[in-house]
Amino acid sequence: MNRRDFLKNSITVIAGLAVPLSALELINPRKLLAEKPDGSRVRWAFLVDTQACVGCGFCVKACKTENEIPHETNITRTWVERYVVTKKGKTYVDSPKGARDGFTTDRIDLNEEGLQEINKDDVEKAFFVPKLCNQCENPACVQVCPVGATYQTPDGVVLVDRKHCIGCAYCIMACPYAVRSFHPEYKTAEKCTFCYHRITKGMKTACVDACPFGARKIGNLRDPDDPVTKTIMSGRIGVLKEQYGTKPQVYYIGLSKEVK
Amino acid sequence: MVHGEAWTLKELFVYPNEYIYWTIQIVMYPFMTGLVAGAFVLSSLYHVFGIKQLKDIARFSLVFSFALLPVAMIPLQLHLQHPERGIEVMLTPHFTSAIAAFGIAFSTYGMIVASELWFVYRRHFVETALALRAKPDKSPLERFRYLLFSTLTLGAWDISAHALEKDEKAVKIMATVGIPVACLLHGYAGFIFGSVKANALWTTPLMPFIFICSAVVSGIALCMLVYMVTMEIRKLMAGWKRKQDPSLPSPEAIKSMEMYEITMTSRYLVYALIAALGLELLDLLFRDYAKFQSWEIVRSVIFGQDFVNIFIVQYGLGNLVPLTLFLLPRITAKRAAVATILVLMGVFMMRWNLVIGGQAFSASFAGFMHYELPIIPHDIETFKEGLIGAILVGITPFVFFWGLNKIFPVFKYDDSH
Amino acid sequence: MGSHVWRPLYIAVALIVLVLIARTFLVPEDFGVHERGYMYGMHRKGNENEWKAVTVKYRTASYCKECHADKVESLSRTPHGIINCENCHGPALNHPDDPPTLTIDRSRALCLRCHAALTTPTSGRANIVGINPDTHNPGAECSLCHDPHNPISRSHSDEQARLSQK
Repeated sequence: MNRRDFLKNSITVIAGLAVPLSALELINPRKLLAEKPDGSRVRWAFLVDTQACVGCGFCVKACKTENEIPHETNITRTWVERYVVTKKGKTYVDSPKGARDGFTTDRIDLNEEGLQEINKDDVEKAFFVPKLCNQCENPACVQVCPVGATYQTPDGVVLVDRKHCIGCAYCIMACPYAVRSFHPEYKTAEKCTFCYHRITKGMKTACVDACPFGARKIGNLRDPDDPVTKTIMSGRIGVLKEQYGTKPQVYYIGLSKEVK
Repeated sequence: MVHGEAWTLKELFVYPNEYIYWTIQIVMYPFMTGLVAGAFVLSSLYHVFGIKQLKDIARFSLVFSFALLPVAMIPLQLHLQHPERGIEVMLTPHFTSAIAAFGIAFSTYGMIVASELWFVYRRHFVETALALRAKPDKSPLERFRYLLFSTLTLGAWDISAHALEKDEKAVKIMATVGIPVACLLHGYAGFIFGSVKANALWTTPLMPFIFICSAVVSGIALCMLVYMVTMEIRKLMAGWKRKQDPSLPSPEAIKSMEMYEITMTSRYLVYALIAALGLELLDLLFRDYAKFQSWEIVRSVIFGQDFVNIFIVQYGLGNLVPLTLFLLPRITAKRAAVATILVLMGVFMMRWNLVIGGQAFSASFAGFMHYELPIIPHDIETFKEGLIGAILVGITPFVFFWGLNKIFPVFKYDDSH
Repeated sequence: MGSHVWRPLYIAVALIVLVLIARTFLVPEDFGVHERGYMYGMHRKGNENEWKAVTVKYRTASYCKECHADKVESLSRTPHGIINCENCHGPALNHPDDPPTLTIDRSRALCLRCHAALTTPTSGRANIVGINPDTHNPGAECSLCHDPHNPISRSHSDEQARLSQK
């Protein structure tokens, strides 16, 4: 080995060592399933069945009431998106008021562009996708909080301390899923808590309870007998925006490439 | 109404929670920090590298940099939803956040500039305090000034040649240490944006360097501009005063000195401008070549709705025109003044296009957001984050400079350094 | 270097000490790095309990059952049995103590959430009976003709026949 090769190899080895093995793994729910040394026996995860969703928006309405987000406020912790793909391959997406009142018309709400009429015969596929906080394993929003006002609980839920948040909006900028906003009253960062006050009492989240079609489910990844865990482990599931490396923990059945 | 709703227009599909949350004050913030860092680097060119020709402008930019310092913090405070909790950044800093570094970088930098100023002006403090002490019946104002200047000496009254030599040495050390800290202060401001992986326009490792270069550009430009304006005033005053006291320098003498400094300084401005422009174009070229998933929408923003702002106003009027003005032979004060104003506008537009442009498209890559700057405020929010708030932030450093000039006389004082 | 050049440093140190002292008074005691480490777990521990203490508003059908067992049971045998009582009757909170009566949402808009016909061939919506709200008795409250608790045996049998023919 000449000096040049030696230097080259050493650099490769050093660079390799700098990457922890865990970073090379893909999102692996099995790893989260194993009990961690921190002793938590719970790791909350969510399962969304986009095939089952009908776009009624009961989840959004229930969430707003349960979590004290004023009904008329144009922010929401959870929302439902509608995707309409035409035979020509054009995709239309909308979520008027986050689907607080459901979807009751075929016209697509394009905001400033107005309402878009789509010919029924042109529709190739159309479906609904509920969205909520992904309670990421590597939450980018927590990483960027300058004061430690947002954090991850031992059971994997990301919360915001309303008495500590300075309202800089850095977390809102850092979230690739745009689930965060400002609460109109508290003026602090606002986000889905997986209804922490419910799930820690053995209940399900308000949106899960409000969904008549079983499109939303919540479960504990560290309980191998949990039906949600079983589906996540054995079913064909996807997650949103994997490329950001946030390791989202909301799993989707029937995800389509059009979903943003 | 939720925060951001008042000035955000949505087009096509935008996530329900998306609004333009970072507004005019976040444009002002890197602009003002850039001016601070740039002004300091300019003053250090003289102190560290001994570029004697910059002596006059160096002391001026040091004081001006200090006047700008508190102003870099004001836009952040105006932007926060809970400004009363802003101090938490110092009390419970979370260092994985680029903003948490602010507390440390900002106060370190503030202390360095303050101590450098102290070393430069200590002799002035001592002399002023001693002169006031010697005066028999002091007016209340004089008594206050005496107290102020005695305090400012920090009890160090020794102004022997030996002690002043030490001061000079300390100034050099502070100026040297200050350069990397100034770059850090502004580089981290670039990192605040560059590290947001969720924002397709911001995320690039080049961001801190782009910020530092454009900071130096804007800092030098502002110092040149203010320097030229004050010199203009001095020329007028000199012409008027010389009627009584012919020993004072003539307007012509002041003018030749002024032109000398401007020619020297503009050379550094041109270097920094070329570096900043190069980095920005490299970033653009790379994005076009790499064609990431986000490029389609980013491109439609850059070459579509923001084309005039980016290519005509920022690169054209803000960079290329002043570059030409500086590079053409036989520079005059008027031409330099026009060029510096254009440069300042260009750097401001660069911040604007970055901060507002980065939020011009939805994270869904399927829709756009348009920012409507609140001009006439109708509540505290549209006042703070509107035109009025931005203008207030822009004026403040000049008010501070006027005040500081009473303590740190920039022009009358002939220091030994 | 002699003594006087260190004076700005003394001030800097004094300022740092001041911040550290202020910190001990202003930062809550339970603030610190917790289970999830420095990057994700730095917070005020007490805040977790604040979130746990939020009032539960939707008590689910199992709570309704405690008093209205018959209603819950009969509803569960209809296609609307999948809908949580509180979706239409409003959150129970501590009903019947607080509030003594619930506000029932009888609006047309509520029914239209599921029963407005949409062109969504690849979603569950396609399997739900839908109407065109603009032409199907516009303005009328759905419960005038339809019984939300028993949508199959409608009061207007001709309407039912018309729909079943479809």
